[in-house]
Amino acid sequence: MNIKRFFAVFKARNIEFFRDKSSLGWNLFFPVLLLVGFSFIFSGDGRSAYKVGIVDVTATSQINDEKTPFNNIRFIDYIHYDNADIAKSKLSRHTIDLVIEPATRLYWVNEESAKSYLVEKIFSSQLNGYNRLQTSGKKIRYVDWVLPGILGMNMMFSCLFGVGYVIVRYRKNAVLKRLKATPLSAFEFVSAQLLSRLFIVMFMSIVVYSGCNLLFDFFMLGSYFDLIVIGMLGAFCLISLGLLVASRSKSEELIGGLLNLTSWPMMMLSGVWFSLEGAPPALKSFADFLPLTHLVAGARKIITEGATLSDISFHITSLIVMSIIFLSLGAYFFSWNTER
Amino acid sequence: MSVAICVETLTKKYKDVIAVNDISFTVKQGHCFGLLGPNGAGKTTTIEIMEGIIAATSGSVTYVKGENQNKEVDSSISQQIGIQFQHTALQDFLTVKETLKLFSSFYQHTLAQDKIIELCDLSDFLNRDNRLLSGGQRQRLLLALALINDPEIIFLDEPTTGLDPHARRNFWQLIKNIKAQNKTIILTTHYMDEAEQLCDDIVIMDQGKIIESGTPHQLLSKHFSDVYIYLPEQQVPVELVKENQWSVQSGRVAITSSNVEKTLAMLMENKISLAGLHVKSANLDDLFLHLTGHSLRE
Repeated sequence: MNIKRFFAVFKARNIEFFRDKSSLGWNLFFPVLLLVGFSFIFSGDGRSAYKVGIVDVTATSQINDEKTPFNNIRFIDYIHYDNADIAKSKLSRHTIDLVIEPATRLYWVNEESAKSYLVEKIFSSQLNGYNRLQTSGKKIRYVDWVLPGILGMNMMFSCLFGVGYVIVRYRKNAVLKRLKATPLSAFEFVSAQLLSRLFIVMFMSIVVYSGCNLLFDFFMLGSYFDLIVIGMLGAFCLISLGLLVASRSKSEELIGGLLNLTSWPMMMLSGVWFSLEGAPPALKSFADFLPLTHLVAGARKIITEGATLSDISFHITSLIVMSIIFLSLGAYFFSWNTER
Repeated sequence: MSVAICVETLTKKYKDVIAVNDISFTVKQGHCFGLLGPNGAGKTTTIEIMEGIIAATSGSVTYVKGENQNKEVDSSISQQIGIQFQHTALQDFLTVKETLKLFSSFYQHTLAQDKIIELCDLSDFLNRDNRLLSGGQRQRLLLALALINDPEIIFLDEPTTGLDPHARRNFWQLIKNIKAQNKTIILTTHYMDEAEQLCDDIVIMDQGKIIESGTPHQLLSKHFSDVYIYLPEQQVPVELVKENQWSVQSGRVAITSSNVEKTLAMLMENKISLAGLHVKSANLDDLFLHLTGHSLRE
């Protein structure tokens, strides 16, 4: 590894990114627009189904429990909890919309959630005779809940397309071939691309977070250092995935398709817009193989639960393992100028 | 003159296509060596094997001098050679100066930036974005990148393709300046005037094989003894044209002659005006047509 050569490519890539005003503008304003849009236009949740937590220490996980009068309303997911505190915590973090404890005839709503308000209205007749309570503690708005998802999604697109697409473009128009004809090694080139994108993504995310924080005054229970660590690990893993996807192809059309194929499942299933609480176990298991799931879940736990790095060690380990796998395969398959 | 590169029985196969078919030649130190041939002849494949960019199917390329002395070529040769590819893009949004700096950082030994700017005449557009360069400016920058490590051997793959006549002639002058520094240049081209202007030795390739090699003068002398004399049609009596079986092409009488003095004396004896006379020797384009039956630019 020659540091001089590595740093020259790192610097050149950064210059290229920051001088491309359209790309820079898109990376800055896209997440801000989404946050503003979800905060003001929809003023609440983006989920399509309501989720109601049923607290019953004796109940099994059977949803159509004869003892509950709430199973005759369609388009509602019922999730059984045997601990009221866990259910209330999830309600306060917008993971579910209402908590009902039939045994004590109590129910809890989240005053910050529009969906919680709507579900309460839907259940008004069934909840007749129940005592209404609110979740306690600091209020978490939907914008606080969705923030890690939007920042994570923006990081994902920047990492996958900013590395994958650029490398394929370099390969197609023979920039890579020209670099190969110099003493620059593939390792130096790839490392410079990886760290340049990591720097760009973290810089842009910190700028977006700080700027939006002035507007929204985000909820934050955990440490900013921990948030940066999980952000860097997540971005590193997503860049490695971008490198793997772009390791050989010369076709911009193919890479566009492959990157969409990679990014869309993450956008839908990694908890960016809605929680996977109550989703089928197979879907949850699949989501665990997506890097964005661990980035968003880890960041969300730090922000909304004040989790430490040891609390989210599962997410950290998953990201590190996936990064090693993606980088190893990417290095094995990487080619300067040939097609698979 | 000592040998700089020795190419022996080189072959490159791509699936069903044989791009280079068992060719051998040597490149002399300090010479400009031309690889000539039509598109698809195997020129680019040959020099990319010589540059260590792609591997040969069989055969060898040996650098006789320098750090890789008498070793077969591999990617480690990149510190000692300069390359200008036929098709290459430069990183967007970087200026010419930043591009020079980027490539300088890749090599242990480099020419001073001022010197390379002067040598390739880059000073007028040094701070211009790579995307905004004209064809000639871009080729001069690519040449500068090929020279940045002060190489002894420089590969130029069709360096003037797509340039206007003025830009081509400017580029030729740059190559002549480099040649004057006793550098070895390997040039591929399908412009015969370019080869005649720049090359000391040439190899003509067609369909992966070498069909002729030597100096341009040797090859033309070997294959052509005649010159072509052209006169405006109205100056030559029709009877004389018929008598000598000369042809008429585009309003000109074309006379093929193996002895120019004798032919001119005969024309003057017949009191034919020599105004508008044009004498042309056979060129490399004619040679290629003669050897293969099709033109170099096809």
